[in-house]
Amino acid sequence: MLELKNIAASYSGIKALHDVSLTVQKGEMVALIGANGAGKSTLLNCISGIVKPVSGSIDLEGVNIASVRPWKISQSGLLQVPEGRQILPELTVLENLQLGQTALSGRAPTYTIDQVHDMFPVLHERKSQRAGSLSGGEQQMLAIGRALMGAPRLLLLDEPSLGLAPLLVQKVFDTLQALNKTGLTILLVEQNARQALNVTNRAYVLEQGRIVHEGESRVLSEDPDVLAHYLGLGAQSE
Amino acid sequence: MLAQQILNGLVVGGVYSLFALGFSLVFGIHKILNLAHGAVLMTGAFIGLYSVLLGLPLPVAMILAILGGGLVSVFIEFTAFRPLRNTGESEFGAIISSIGANLIIISIAQKISNTEILRFPFETFPIVIFQIAGIRVSLLQMFMAVMALALMAALMYYLMRTRHGRQVRAVAGNERAAVLLGVNPNIIYFQTFFISGALAGASGVLIGLAFGSIHFMMGEPFLLAAFAICILGGMGSIVGAMVAGLLFGMIQTLSVAYLPTGLTDAIIYSTIFVILIVRPNGLFGKAAAGVLRSQR
Ligand SMILES: Nc1ncnc2c1ncn2[C@@H]1O[C@H](COP(=O)(O)OP(=O)(O)OP(=O)(O)O)[C@@H](O)[C@H]1O
Ligand SMILES: [Mg+2]
Repeated sequence: MLELKNIAASYSGIKALHDVSLTVQKGEMVALIGANGAGKSTLLNCISGIVKPVSGSIDLEGVNIASVRPWKISQSGLLQVPEGRQILPELTVLENLQLGQTALSGRAPTYTIDQVHDMFPVLHERKSQRAGSLSGGEQQMLAIGRALMGAPRLLLLDEPSLGLAPLLVQKVFDTLQALNKTGLTILLVEQNARQALNVTNRAYVLEQGRIVHEGESRVLSEDPDVLAHYLGLGAQSE
Repeated sequence: MLAQQILNGLVVGGVYSLFALGFSLVFGIHKILNLAHGAVLMTGAFIGLYSVLLGLPLPVAMILAILGGGLVSVFIEFTAFRPLRNTGESEFGAIISSIGANLIIISIAQKISNTEILRFPFETFPIVIFQIAGIRVSLLQMFMAVMALALMAALMYYLMRTRHGRQVRAVAGNERAAVLLGVNPNIIYFQTFFISGALAGASGVLIGLAFGSIHFMMGEPFLLAAFAICILGGMGSIVGAMVAGLLFGMIQTLSVAYLPTGLTDAIIYSTIFVILIVRPNGLFGKAAAGVLRSQR
């Protein structure tokens, strides 16, 4: 469904991504893990059209979207839940969800506001409150719910577990897994490697702008190098 | 008589609010200081005046001025701001290029008007005076107040109650997040600048009718006033611009009525100065003085 070939990206001349290739098949849930500054957000922003790659191609269902404007990409159903949630704090919770419908741009919705409310009851209870008054976890629910309102064909999530208590992290991952079960294709960026590998089918490991490992999540979570560097078990085996 | 002067001040202040609102809107949503906003007011006054001179009825002239103001403002956004937007360092660039746009529009108006001071023909607006509880209220004043209130109410409705207004507020809050949600920011810029210019165009006609002098430099004192009003109300705050505009008109009118004329500006700006000492972010301002930098 999504195919990145040899993507390179840079910020004012400094390379952040080198020759990254990655695919996501329809119905899959794929993880992209890596340490701080590895280039995970840069990669998602390339896909979303916010950062223009200097070389390489990005195909969404066979159409090259590497030079398409970012709002057009979102309107085509490739929706990103950005790092730090980026909800609109001055708008109400309901307005944030309604704003999510912008991406529909004529396409049929796949989730109604009631379905999103059922999934995250707190968004219903707090619908007329300023979104900025929600807790971090609730804001993450809002950010995900808002993306669902735009009928995603492929959902990109940038560190949805960031700054959440363990119980909430679990809840977010459970939700994503449930969404994936209903057929939603997901690309999940995480630093929280263990949890991400637990809930996904396949994974990529990004290190300093390069893919250094890829494969089935189950297999990767037993790879000695991944164990050492990303699952915190390797201090003694170096 | 005080009540009379307060009424006069409120009416003039309403027009100041209307004009400052457009300036504040562009700043609040896009963090752009549009220093060509005064020229848009002047353009509105010119369009209104020349339409009347061509024999069009005043309401038509008003509508043309509103549309013309909106289009000129959009043109400024296209030529002076949009090209700078992708360069990253657009903040000071935008200030300079809008000064340039201002000068160009003013020069064109100077050519058209032969550097003359013009006025609406006598009785363009019927002179009707009502006496209400001892206060004189002219039909023109009523018209000005109704226009100002109606346009401000329409703006608030648009921003707070419509789908497009919601997208505008989203871009004001976080442009990148809005884009990721599928909002086309170019359309939002277009809308903001059009509305801002339309309000300035309407203000230009109202000011031309009320003060009876239309000339190529007429926008300049109003630009300065709008700037002061926005700082007083809190940069980017819509309610702030409305309240501060009324206050500004009132202080100005009272000062003209009761104090030597030469002191008017000194009184206005020292009053604002004193208010800002007490409330450094303005009456309705939130963020600290660094909004221009920090909200980018
Ligand atoms: N806007 C920017 N301008 C300049 N350099 C940037 C910018 N954004 C990211 N970088 C640099 O690009 C590299 C990759 O950053 P990126 O944000 O993609 O990493 P990340 O994997 O998402 O990290 P984190 O886990 O901390 O979010 C880093 O070296 C970072 O400093
Ligand atoms: Mg990141």
